[in-house]
Amino acid sequence: MISAFFVILIAFLAGVEGILDEFQFHQPLVAATLIGLATGHLMEGVILGGTLQMLALGWMNIGAAIAPDAALASVVSAYLVTGPAQVDVKTGMAIAIPLAVAGQILTIGVRTITVALAHIADREAEKGNVAGVERVHWLALVFQGLRIAIPTVIVMAVGAGPVNAALNAIPEVITKGLAVAGGFIVVVGYAMVINMMATAELWPFFFLGFALSAVTELNLIAMGIIGLVLALIYLQLSPKFNGGNGGGSNGGGSAGGSGGDPVDAILNNY
Amino acid sequence: MDEVVKNEVHLTQKELRATWWRSFFLQGSWNYERMQNVGWAFAMIPAIKKLYSSKEDRAAALKRHLEFFNTHPYVASPILGVELALEEQRANGADIDDETIQGVKVGMMGPLAGVGDPIWWGTVRPVLGAFAAGMAQGGSILGPIIFFVVWNILRMGFLWYTQDLGYKQGTNITQNLAGGAMQKITMGASILGMFIMGVLVPRWTTMNFPLVVSKVKVQEGAGVDMSSLASQINGGHVSVSKLIEIVNQIKGGQTLGAYKITTLQDTLNQLIPGLAPLLLLFLVLWLLRKRVSAITIIFGLFAVGILAYWLGIMG
Repeated sequence: MISAFFVILIAFLAGVEGILDEFQFHQPLVAATLIGLATGHLMEGVILGGTLQMLALGWMNIGAAIAPDAALASVVSAYLVTGPAQVDVKTGMAIAIPLAVAGQILTIGVRTITVALAHIADREAEKGNVAGVERVHWLALVFQGLRIAIPTVIVMAVGAGPVNAALNAIPEVITKGLAVAGGFIVVVGYAMVINMMATAELWPFFFLGFALSAVTELNLIAMGIIGLVLALIYLQLSPKFNGGNGGGSNGGGSAGGSGGDPVDAILNNY
Repeated sequence: MDEVVKNEVHLTQKELRATWWRSFFLQGSWNYERMQNVGWAFAMIPAIKKLYSSKEDRAAALKRHLEFFNTHPYVASPILGVELALEEQRANGADIDDETIQGVKVGMMGPLAGVGDPIWWGTVRPVLGAFAAGMAQGGSILGPIIFFVVWNILRMGFLWYTQDLGYKQGTNITQNLAGGAMQKITMGASILGMFIMGVLVPRWTTMNFPLVVSKVKVQEGAGVDMSSLASQINGGHVSVSKLIEIVNQIKGGQTLGAYKITTLQDTLNQLIPGLAPLLLLFLVLWLLRKRVSAITIIFGLFAVGILAYWLGIMG
């Protein structure tokens, strides 16, 4: 009974974090480990978490593009693997994919309902009611928690069999097709962010990154270093940011000198 | 009452800490209309309560912070810092209008999302996650502990430090707008962001085209004879020299089996790997500029995925 309580609590936390993306309780590594701890099969939870984490490395919510949902996938498959059902890790993995798609659809639903809540917040703001705005915010967050907690309770009640059967009842063309789409839906997020920031002088850096990434095996840390170095070199060489040189004597005023600019100070210390 | 000199109100560490804590919940009421707007107002509430005491002032402040806002949740912190400083000056009589307050938010959220998304989601989490997941797969409980502790120390430190930086810079933002630190940071961050964005497009996008475009029978002796190898193995009399011969043929780059199969993916990879995600990105960018909403595009792409799988083009 205590174990069940903690499983539901972790499910709720994972749902909350699935939207907040702060503490990372929704990441498979953390969620599956905690579920394993609650059910008393810690080690299986840790191993499943590591396996699912590898799968979810590239899942990220960018802009309005929502990735496959790690929260529902990791909580429910961890419960099936470490809980009374004792499904093996491989089956747990296989169930995780359709669950991630189901979780994705659920969060799209909650994010749509929250539009109505935002309008309630507008009305509370109109009245100058600070507490009212806060209540709306908490309520939306509770919905996101229940988004994972309720399906988890259902799985706990009916067991692994019906869940498997229900997931299998969805035609393969839908689940596989959604999984295919899930692989490239993140492009919408990239496009939204690029749309907000791109200027003519920034595009060359995008293509440089693309070419390096497509044909080399350089890892992400190396890429990060290259990007940082490019940015620093650009700032040092661009006449626009070298207030001290050439025709930079106007406009800058008191902030133009090297002493008034903290970034210059940082760059000069290199 | 008109003669009373208005005392200046200032934000203290208490409000700054409360804002920092509340910024953890920025995305709690994320919605498809104005996205992080309620969460943003929620984070600004300690400052609003401190700076404005009348119902009217509070209502006006809440309303101007319920406008559209969306960025990476962690890089919202420097923007929060700047906005705290702006509100503080406004409450003390500085001439800062609603447009400036909304303009600073919208102006900063794009470039900062451009660096926050690829760095935090695209680099730090996969690198730390892969390292910790490797440990966990080996059965070590240290894997998840390291992931959780390191991530949250980095995150909380980043949120506090950048909010503080934004607050301090925001206090003299009117001077800084001329061409100082903020623009430099924004430009540097944008370069890093655009570069990493280019890196991520081919790397974190999965588009596989297993559709067979050609199946050519290879010339006699030009392919590795897999069927005779299979029959020899099944017959139980495969020799060492035969195995060496086969391995050398494979090393020499000969086709396996009697047919050379080329999929659409192979053809695309010959041009440059990651071409399909790049083209899709430009299509989506074009649609966004045509004012097609992101939600329509997302649902459209789900339909495309199902259709392409059904037709056997993608898998």
